[in-house]
Amino acid sequence: MAIKDLPDTECVLPGSAACPGCPATMGLRIVFKALGKNTIMVVPACCTAVIESLHPHTSFDIPVMNIAFEAAAAGASGVEAALRQQGKEDTTVVAWAGDGGTYDIGIQALSGALERQTNFIYICYNNQIYSNTGIQRSGATPYGAWTTTTVDGKTEFRKEMGEIIQAHHIPYSAQACVSYPEDLYNKLKKAKGIKGPKYIEIMAPCPPGWRFSMEKTVDMGILAVETGAWALYEFENDKMTFNGKSKLILEKKIERKPIEEWIKYQGRFRHLFKPEKDVKKLKAIEEHTDQMWERYRACYL
Amino acid sequence: MKKYNVVTTISYPKKGAMGKTGSWRIFRPILDKAKCVKCLRCWIYCPEATIIRNKDDTVSIDYEYCKGCGICANVCKVKAITMEREVKKK
Ligand SMILES: Cc1ncc(C[n+]2csc(CCOP(=O)(O)OP(=O)(O)O)c2C)c(N)n1
Ligand code: SF4
Ligand code: SF4
Ligand code: SF4
Ligand SMILES: [Mg+2]
Repeated sequence: MAIKDLPDTECVLPGSAACPGCPATMGLRIVFKALGKNTIMVVPACCTAVIESLHPHTSFDIPVMNIAFEAAAAGASGVEAALRQQGKEDTTVVAWAGDGGTYDIGIQALSGALERQTNFIYICYNNQIYSNTGIQRSGATPYGAWTTTTVDGKTEFRKEMGEIIQAHHIPYSAQACVSYPEDLYNKLKKAKGIKGPKYIEIMAPCPPGWRFSMEKTVDMGILAVETGAWALYEFENDKMTFNGKSKLILEKKIERKPIEEWIKYQGRFRHLFKPEKDVKKLKAIEEHTDQMWERYRACYL
Repeated sequence: MKKYNVVTTISYPKKGAMGKTGSWRIFRPILDKAKCVKCLRCWIYCPEATIIRNKDDTVSIDYEYCKGCGICANVCKVKAITMEREVKKK
């Protein structure tokens, strides 16, 4: 699959409320290209609910139901059941939520829907913060990162949501990134063809939230993968496959770049470099990343 | 467009739901068609869908809505797009 082969379908209409350089609309464009117009999306409180823009207009050319912050998966379960009752089973039901709405407040609704084998795709776009409300920490915020609620840098490491999802043993889950649109497209296409619950998480570097300049969204995603801060993989019927550069890192065919190569461009980590380098914290981040990859290797190599 | 008669708030799709977002721009992407190799990277990465993919895989820019983020210029490997400061119209 090359960029040229991706379809022209557009359901994100120009002139939305998204910030310039937004990873959410970048990811959504690929989602709609892969899933097509016969899709219903459920969106809880998050940036995307704002990106939809102001009543009586919306920037999404697709049916969307907005719902309370914690309820994306519950709402999608209801939509799926209603469609099933009406015999409209060719419509793809998608819940699209942020990391706050997934890792934190929406986790019980999500876990319930996965356990009930709801036939839908849950997509989490992970910008590692509560961005819509002005950059607060979430369970996905990495260690050391500044947010308005972690002014000296976060003191805990992020959750491994992928592993929590895997414990549900659903037919398909995957990690992707906005910087790799073909990979994301393939994962969505595959998910669409599988019955039952599917979970896809998309790394979504956010310029205002991470404090980097808006033309660098794609670069920040690539570096997240190349430094091993984020892994691209698919977990299908309990079989794990790593993709792209993440596969090479797993198999030690390439070395992951130092995390510094990724975080030095992000103002949210500036205090780790100025006024002087915080060697201890940088080392803690590197060691934590190494541990994650050693765990992946022990489980999946 | 079909309108629905239900007792809840419904919004309907519209290009430019937040107005002409081209006015947000500080820098304007300028495309040099002679340099373009039709790789479509700018098209796939533009967060606004304001890089228009033409039938022959050349691209054009929708200045009415382009927000000037500069991603298209940054992902173009042959530097066919450059960012130039907007000049205020009188
Ligand atoms: C129950 C409840 N608590 C708090 C809020 C306020 N709120 C709206 S969006 C949001 C943050 C969403 O973060 P995330 O899910 O990561 O999406 P993002 O904004 O980053 O896109 C919060 C706290 C709310 N709408 N409902
Ligand atoms: S804060 Fe980040 S995720 Fe939210 S609209 Fe702006 S760029 Fe997009
Ligand atoms: S990224 Fe550059 S070369 Fe590729 S289509 Fe766009 S302008 Fe042309
Ligand atoms: S500057 Fe940004 S919004 Fe404008 S065309 Fe380029 S990528 Fe799209
Ligand atoms: Mg978020």
